[in-house]
Amino acid sequence: MEVTINGAAHEVPDGTTVAQAVQRLTEQTTGVAVAVNDEVVTRGTWATTALADRDRIEILTAVQGG
Amino acid sequence: MDELIIAGEKFSSRLIMGTGGAPSLEVLDQALVASGTELTTVAMRRLDPAARGSVLDVLRERRIKVLPNTAGCFTAGEAVLTARLAREALGTAWVKLEVINDERTLLPDPIETFDAAERLVAEGFVVLPYIGDDPALARRLEQAGCAAVMPLGAPIGSGLGIRNPHNIELIVESASVPVILDAGIGTASDAALAMELGCDAVLLATAVTRAQRPDQMASAMRLAVQAGRLARQAGRIPRRRYAEASSPMTP
Repeated sequence: MEVTINGAAHEVPDGTTVAQAVQRLTEQTTGVAVAVNDEVVTRGTWATTALADRDRIEILTAVQGG
Repeated sequence: MDELIIAGEKFSSRLIMGTGGAPSLEVLDQALVASGTELTTVAMRRLDPAARGSVLDVLRERRIKVLPNTAGCFTAGEAVLTARLAREALGTAWVKLEVINDERTLLPDPIETFDAAERLVAEGFVVLPYIGDDPALARRLEQAGCAAVMPLGAPIGSGLGIRNPHNIELIVESASVPVILDAGIGTASDAALAMELGCDAVLLATAVTRAQRPDQMASAMRLAVQAGRLARQAGRIPRRRYAEASSPMTP
């Protein structure tokens, strides 16, 4: 299936979890937050939340600003 | 210096720093230390796998409380989602709510800001909204449960100082939450003026991070905020049209 991670298309196996999507970008788990289709997925449920075809995953962290 | 209290939390520094615009994390680190700040903003952005070092490491090392902002949001919906993500990533319910109207002026959108503030307060966030120098909006946001109000002095990064000191005074007069002058500070006298007008704190970034010597400007801002606060509390003399002799007039 195809999902979008931070704006880029990714082909991933069925059953891919949020945790696995995060691991494609970073090993980091603290200081990072994830939204799937504009809903926050809390860190404790990353490993048990499966993605669906066409999901939009946003993986954010803090940067210099403000 | 008397303490600044926001949402029950005490700060001995009345200078809140932003982290935007610094050429490197090392320069930022030195400026933050020189500023004496205890509360500093960060933005939330897509994770860049190539990025090395994090502003969060600097803040953690210096024991500075992190204040995530919603910079870059144009709608209440975007701002609420960004605040939720910041809470998840950083473990803080504090948020500097910033919803801009257009990219040229970066002026805050009052309608979207108010909408987002109501929703975030209802979700238990400690909301510090960035707003224009509008006394009516400041009052409405306080009534909506915001922990502070943050009127601008001038557009973000403009360094134009405080364009409407009268409105800032009006906001201060009627507010019972802290008033934090946010945006527009260009140099130390602007920060001192904000405090003399009765603001409880000053938030600035560009004036320090893009100064030729950021750490030195950070020290200047720290002293200016302290001087302005002291002057405000000391009570300035009234302005007079003509001279008033300070020496006896008879020989």
